Amino acid sequence: MTSIKTSYNRRSFLKVSAAAGGGLLISFNWLSACSPEKKEVLPALPPADAWYEMNAFLTIANNGEVSIQSPNPEIGQNVKTSMPMIVAEELDVDWEKVTVVQAPFDAVLYKRQVAGGSQSIRQGWKGLRTAGATARAVLVQAAAQQWKVTEASCSTENGFVYNDKGEKLSYGDLAVAAAALPLPEDVTLKDPSTFKIIGKSKKNVDLNKILAGEHLYGIDTKKEGMVHAVVLRPPSFGLKLDGYDDAEALKVEGVQKTIKFGDKIAVLANSTWAAIKGQKKLQPKWRAENNQLESTVEHDQKMRALLDKKSTDPKRSDGNVKSAMDGAESIVERTYEAPFLPHNCLEPMNFFADVTDEQVYLLGPIQTPEWTRSKVMALLDRPEEDIKIDMTRMGGGFGRRLYGDFVLEAAEISNLCKKPVKLVFTREDDMTAGTYRPASKYKFRAALKEGKMTAYHLTGVGINMNNATRQDNFPAAAMANYLVEAHNLESNITTGAWRAPITNFLAFAEQSFLDEVAAQLGQDPVDFRLSLMEQAKNNPTGTLDYDVDKFVGVIKLAAEKSNWRNKSKNTFKGFSAYYSHNTYVAEVAEVVVVQNEIKVTNVVCAVDCGIVVNPDAAINQIQGGVIDGVGHALLGNFEFVNGTPQHTNFDKYKLIRMNEAPNVDVHFVASSNDPTGLGEPSLPPAGGAVANAIHAATGKRLYKQPFKAEMIDLG
Amino acid sequence: MPSYSIEVNGKPQTVQVDADTPLLWVLRDTLDLVGTKFGCGIGQCGACTVHMDGNAIRSCSFPVSAVGDKKITTIEGIDEGHPLKEAWRAMDVPQCGYCQAGQIMTAAAMLESNPNPTEEQIEATMSGNICRCGTYLKIKAAIKAS
Repeated sequence: MTSIKTSYNRRSFLKVSAAAGGGLLISFNWLSACSPEKKEVLPALPPADAWYEMNAFLTIANNGEVSIQSPNPEIGQNVKTSMPMIVAEELDVDWEKVTVVQAPFDAVLYKRQVAGGSQSIRQGWKGLRTAGATARAVLVQAAAQQWKVTEASCSTENGFVYNDKGEKLSYGDLAVAAAALPLPEDVTLKDPSTFKIIGKSKKNVDLNKILAGEHLYGIDTKKEGMVHAVVLRPPSFGLKLDGYDDAEALKVEGVQKTIKFGDKIAVLANSTWAAIKGQKKLQPKWRAENNQLESTVEHDQKMRALLDKKSTDPKRSDGNVKSAMDGAESIVERTYEAPFLPHNCLEPMNFFADVTDEQVYLLGPIQTPEWTRSKVMALLDRPEEDIKIDMTRMGGGFGRRLYGDFVLEAAEISNLCKKPVKLVFTREDDMTAGTYRPASKYKFRAALKEGKMTAYHLTGVGINMNNATRQDNFPAAAMANYLVEAHNLESNITTGAWRAPITNFLAFAEQSFLDEVAAQLGQDPVDFRLSLMEQAKNNPTGTLDYDVDKFVGVIKLAAEKSNWRNKSKNTFKGFSAYYSHNTYVAEVAEVVVVQNEIKVTNVVCAVDCGIVVNPDAAINQIQGGVIDGVGHALLGNFEFVNGTPQHTNFDKYKLIRMNEAPNVDVHFVASSNDPTGLGEPSLPPAGGAVANAIHAATGKRLYKQPFKAEMIDLG
Repeated sequence: MPSYSIEVNGKPQTVQVDADTPLLWVLRDTLDLVGTKFGCGIGQCGACTVHMDGNAIRSCSFPVSAVGDKKITTIEGIDEGHPLKEAWRAMDVPQCGYCQAGQIMTAAAMLESNPNPTEEQIEATMSGNICRCGTYLKIKAAIKAS
């Protein structure tokens, strides 16, 4: 059992306490601000007619129903279900009595309301547990007072407090008294071995709404007096708007008007379709400024040149790489290349904005409401208290919705037209006005001597990436002579975080390179990694930011579950392991060659993410991350010519589909450690595992993504 | 503006929209049936799949003027007790959930004409629908269980 200070919740409690004028009976008026989403009413319960707030996360009704506020944005990573599970666990309540509500954006009450970096569960863990445990503590206190017994003689189970005579009181009966009690200074958290909700799969709380097709996503928003906006943006990076003719656009039935803002033109209409048609009828004049139109061919040339440049400011330098290279029996040098990638959330970017003199109301899919609020404040020159943001469920995030450019556009258009506006991107808009995964290249050099790798030198270069490396990741500390350098290439193409930033490609490059080094040394790829881990454990050079034992744990588990040591005749295996977002993942990809075509049939995946909160959903995340990683490694390509994206829709831009998706066999390392990230970590190792399996099958090494382009001459 | 009488989920509806308006936007904007999703607008992702006389069509590239007297069914018209929805529930298929209506509509039309599809037939039919989250394994398992 863990006893912890409750400061996290005290602040929430005090704020609510003040707002309610000292009392904590929360009326229906308060609830109308965030009314619990209706769930099937349990037949045994009378209707709830009074709700009592325990803290910012929890209200309990007099009939024992519990409403839990889920703080973070839901992008498909399951936090709307799994974060409330953590609260409910410590409250010790029957999950069937819980209704989940998407919390409003309130940075004071809920702190980190961000979907990013696979950090929601990890960083929310302690606060969510405390929220549940604090409420349980006051419920126990209320019961003890009523029975005139000590709190220590009471226990809780499934929404009831029990005393040692076997009497019980329901949370619903105790809620009114509990809500009036001061918050305890300390609360005791459960021993993880006694968890009843955490670790038991719970269904997605929005599942029935998704299946029924209810209004749920930002793009489904419909408000009184709302106009539909579609925006024409520069078709190429580097173009400026030099005027436009909207005569034809205004002839489209349903188009109301056009508005220029910056280098963009908004078409306002009565319907989405009219706005889309109007956008196509606009006749803009674009002007290119000198040398502003960039192409992939030039990017490639410049990045390759940077890979050969010595950095004056290495990211990490241990030992003496130069002398080890000079004294090597042989040197392996390989370069790996990645294209830009669009995020392609299936729900295109969209947002609702209603800017009035009184308020700036923003509603829609956003991974970063707090950061976006600051941008909107600056854009419209409005104080913080004027801005209200509500979050909808999102049709994917993958990093794209970290950037509120579409929120700013909606707010600006609403501010200019003085109407509520729903802005929607077409797929072409979405792929053309992206914040892309930046193109990058990595050069690795390894010195080999007496059957060992004696030096490791990585140079990374990426577009707008500043540092394209993770210099303290493995094999840092495992190498006595270790050098990491990074160069940046500036571009006017907007780039940003894309699921597992940097490592989504760096991991492929590194794990492919290590596979090749192992082969040159005549060592088994798993044994080679384990020998490096042993070095990092027993004789580390410099600092290391990974836990060797956990890393070794997933490597061994993946090897065992994939029967790594047993080679089969027609199935070829490739190994890869990577640590990211505080989680350790090892993967073994299996490929077969059928009629000269390579098919990835299976990926065995071993994961150490600490405690698994919602197992079925966790498996879903891991499978999805692997399939995403395999898909983009095989197919993802995005090039620019004179600033113009060459692919703007799914006819030319290929995403993985069911017939190409491998089976993914997920195994967790049993753990009672606090949970770590899960939305991203299964993606980085996938590309390397597939590339190494393709090498095992064909003898060919792959150095460039997408593989499909290089795989044409395989088989 | 022309007027069209169409039958959606068993209900006759009259809508006044341009002849070239895709059925998708009639459903979403005019009839407020938002379960049918916009993904690509060119019939490549399947998020907008609905049934026309029981056959799966891409409503984003099907003009309302071509519907005539054929019966349209959307995800809202699929009974909550339909075996596919039950299987989707049992497997807890969705991640973000955005593509799932289209996936179910494609699968439902397939099962109507072929109640016991092979794995290859499932893959061939369902590969017209993109799931960006990669829930393909659960989708396949749910269809097999239906």
